[in-house]
Amino acid sequence: MFQSLIKSDETVSIQFDGQILKVTKGISVAAALLSQGVNRFRTSVVGGEPRAPYCMMGVCFECLVTIDDVQNRQSCMTEVYDGMVVKSQQGARRIGSDTPL
Amino acid sequence: MASISEQEAVVIGGGLVGASIAWGLTRAGVQTVVLDGEDLALRASRANFALIWVQGKGVGKPDYARWSQQAAQNWPQLASDLLATTGIDVSLSQKGGFSFALSDAELQQWHDEAARVAREVGEGAPDYQVLDHAATRAMLPAIGPDVVGSVYSTADGHVNSLRLLRALHTALLKSGVDYRSHHDVTQITPDKNGFILTGIWGQMRTRKLILAAGVNNTMLAPMVGLHVPLVRSKGQILVTEKCAPFFDYTAATIRQADEGGVMIGDSEETHSAALMTNQDISAVLANRAIRIFPHLADVNIVRSWAGFRVKSKDGMPIYQQSETCPGAFVVTCHSGVTLASNHTLIVAPQIAAGRLDDNLKPFSARRFHVSVTD
Repeated sequence: MFQSLIKSDETVSIQFDGQILKVTKGISVAAALLSQGVNRFRTSVVGGEPRAPYCMMGVCFECLVTIDDVQNRQSCMTEVYDGMVVKSQQGARRIGSDTPL
Repeated sequence: MASISEQEAVVIGGGLVGASIAWGLTRAGVQTVVLDGEDLALRASRANFALIWVQGKGVGKPDYARWSQQAAQNWPQLASDLLATTGIDVSLSQKGGFSFALSDAELQQWHDEAARVAREVGEGAPDYQVLDHAATRAMLPAIGPDVVGSVYSTADGHVNSLRLLRALHTALLKSGVDYRSHHDVTQITPDKNGFILTGIWGQMRTRKLILAAGVNNTMLAPMVGLHVPLVRSKGQILVTEKCAPFFDYTAATIRQADEGGVMIGDSEETHSAALMTNQDISAVLANRAIRIFPHLADVNIVRSWAGFRVKSKDGMPIYQQSETCPGAFVVTCHSGVTLASNHTLIVAPQIAAGRLDDNLKPFSARRFHVSVTD
């Protein structure tokens, strides 16, 4: 399990796949989810394999999630805020909606 | 000079054209060497749009329209031969293609071109339908209100062209072709036993020589008595992140690759030699794409690149054996993907036999000799 280097009592509340999580304020979505033990952020586009953050610095695009209904957001580059709704992704992003056209 | 190697056939150029010819030659029993250039050579084979396109091609040139149509019909055989030889599936899809019109004038133009090709080709011409907005939408619910209509033809398709290049190269290796990268040829000297090829890598002699060096053919052809006049044509492509399948067909300017990325293209600059992409052109491409499929506005662009088409003055391919240096052939074309099937299955066996058939005569560069204006 990851340990936080930031000593902060300030938290925000986010939702991940319907579950309410209290996470440290000011950290990235990726760090927040990892700190809560989430290790499955999405499934890969071609092979459907589970994926989690790898580089944590905006380069590898492994940590993609849907944030407030916007797909393919880089969770390592996005700061958490109170009320954020995060969803894991299955395969490729959908054009227009969550259902294929 | 005592120890220069002697080859039966050398293909200069290892792109889609050179590789498809070389594979055809080796299948015809000709021991073949491919001399490829440097990694940073202008490689249309790594920049193309991957269409197998027939619709509207060959306006005023029915031989070219028929040749493109024949290539599309031959494609399933090439794809299955590649799969059988290499195990690589090039994702051939021939479900038809659209030319989307964003104005009535555009729709009229696509319609006129398709109708003219049909008239000039006559019986067996590529089919096409002119669809209004509603008919287009019935086939493609994702199109936007700005699409006034389209021309649709079942003749069109696409492949994964990078995988095609890899499959051809794998096939070359498996069939014993001697492929050499970093072998730019700078000088060709005809002699009584064929041709002496020279580069910084050294020299070799070959009895048969095929020029398939893309834009470099212009420079090499005169060394063997051939003439390959090309025009400059820079194209630019945008690629999106991978998306779930939404566009099962293909189109002249937009296609979804088998692995999900959306390719947006079809720009043409005739006065730029710059390798960089031009942001103003990217903006125009993106804007047209969003008007065709509005949902693309939400999708991230992850790549863009530019490439140079290998385009003759009239857009048709050039196939010719040199009259002054028999044994030297040139194969050059803009449509290395579309015509790959014909190059392997038709042109290469003719080169192996030493003579191009009369039905390739319309593609001789002799056509440029009359009323040359530059």
